[in-house]
Amino acid sequence: MPTSPSEYAADQPQADQVWDVAVVGAGPAGVAAAGGAVRREGRVVVLDAEQRPGGQYWRQGPDGVGRHHHDRRVWQDEMSLLRDYVETGLVDHRQSHRVWRVEPPRDGAPGVVHAVRSLPGGPDVAVTVRARSIVLASGAHDRVLPFPGWDLPGVVTAGAAQALLKEHGVVVGSRVVVSGTGPFLLPVATGLAAEGARVVALCEASDGRGWLGRPRALLGMPSKLLEGAGFAAALARHRVRPRLRTAVVAAHGTERVESVDVARLASDWSVVPGSVRRVECDALAVGWGFLPRLDLAVAAGCATTPGPGGVPVLVVDDTFATSVPGIWAAGEMTGVGGALLAVEEGQAAGMHAAAAATGEGRLVTAPASKRLRRLRAFAAAMHAAHPVRDGWQTWLTDDTLVCRCEEVPVAALTGAVDDLGATDARTAKLLSRCGMGWCQGRMCGEAVSRIVSARTGCDAASSAARLCTDLAGTANRPVAAPVTLGLLAAEPPSP
Amino acid sequence: MTDEPIGAAPVAAQHFSFDGRPVAFTGGQSVGAALWADGVRSWRSTRHAGRPRGIFCGIGVCFDCLVVVDGRADERACVVPARPGLDVRTQEGSGRADLAL
Repeated sequence: MPTSPSEYAADQPQADQVWDVAVVGAGPAGVAAAGGAVRREGRVVVLDAEQRPGGQYWRQGPDGVGRHHHDRRVWQDEMSLLRDYVETGLVDHRQSHRVWRVEPPRDGAPGVVHAVRSLPGGPDVAVTVRARSIVLASGAHDRVLPFPGWDLPGVVTAGAAQALLKEHGVVVGSRVVVSGTGPFLLPVATGLAAEGARVVALCEASDGRGWLGRPRALLGMPSKLLEGAGFAAALARHRVRPRLRTAVVAAHGTERVESVDVARLASDWSVVPGSVRRVECDALAVGWGFLPRLDLAVAAGCATTPGPGGVPVLVVDDTFATSVPGIWAAGEMTGVGGALLAVEEGQAAGMHAAAAATGEGRLVTAPASKRLRRLRAFAAAMHAAHPVRDGWQTWLTDDTLVCRCEEVPVAALTGAVDDLGATDARTAKLLSRCGMGWCQGRMCGEAVSRIVSARTGCDAASSAARLCTDLAGTANRPVAAPVTLGLLAAEPPSP
Repeated sequence: MTDEPIGAAPVAAQHFSFDGRPVAFTGGQSVGAALWADGVRSWRSTRHAGRPRGIFCGIGVCFDCLVVVDGRADERACVVPARPGLDVRTQEGSGRADLAL
């Protein structure tokens, strides 16, 4: 049993050890998966890129304080269980491990998880972990769309504003505009206001009516209703009035953002003529929901399917097994639905993964619990109420950067279609370099797909289908996190 | 586990160097978060247009906040933990002018 996770990684004396379950990610789904696996008597290792467990939802400051967490009780329970399991040696939690590749178990050989361990001040170390079952819980990142000025310093994602606040104790600005769509904007705005920022505008692009058509999904989750009421009260207290059907359509400044254009949106999200208003600010937080992080799973061969929000998610069965034997997945990778849903899924995935590894075979699965069904219904309602409408493309100008890494403007991407004959996103990417930089299309992949679809005259159905194919395609990255050639060479040989 | 205001606990200031001047940070902060708290919004100029960039995604996904740390270019400021004595420098372009052909 592991006593000190760090000493193993240093020189890998356990490179040939085979764990029952390796969990990738220590957010809500990963932590719950570790717990589920332990309760099925699996020996569990958890690899996570962060210094502290909690993932994006449950970011903690260095003092272990989780500021402004909703779902507080579940968070406390899961974190204290993890602490117990780590202290008693039931879970080996390896923090600061960036996983860059997962190989599924094959022909009786265990699966392999490849990671880089980066501890402050130390050299990067190549780490490989072998396990009979692998649970992927890599979560999600902000869904972003380009608009004029979005590359100005001071323009950040809503998730970045939240991470700065919760993990680092840094308020992103003193006059902040929050814009986008989805319920996540509410904790971002209230968190900033509570820490002294003036939230000068809170723009929600949807009209909110999507929720009204699904009263059962709302009433099935009274805790979410209470949470919403709490945000409403906090916003009122800080004199922040959310403005529906509005969005920031441009940011202005020279060295940093100095002001933004707030516009009223028509139902297709084009700008209502004459409605643009200039708002001075020193920071802008934008978020259009979240995209599941699928790269490790896709590179390992896991099948995807169009999911909520019109973006690809992993195909899983009712045991949360993916299409690849030996790999399970939970949380946002199976469809963005928040921390509570991720916990439910993680527990189940961990149990099934451990049962398969310890020879218990396939567990008899109960039908999805009432709680799971309610959480899923709520997530479905959330996605339906906060769609991304294609009119955002009317906000773009020819010189708006689509790809931030390679600095490719809209004109170069549309030129790849109009002048060079590209008819699909992949060709347009090769001709324009969109999505070929450091982030590998994580930031611009959706925009490139949608812009190319619009430019090539696709109807709504084929645009939607293309978006899923394109995003799953760009997620197929053989190496999911930066790793040097030197570290690759230093990897211990396979036993 | 309460919602006490940020900064309620007194923490001794530590420093790293940014382009030769000291920048304070508190335990657990990333280099990027400490720079942001210091009022710095950009610490990279892009390779083509030389445009300023700083934090965008904040969680290590977008690679916009690249910075030179202890002579190593292309480090993500939002995920590199701040430590006393780090030598952090603005990254110009690829940060690898020494390799220019």
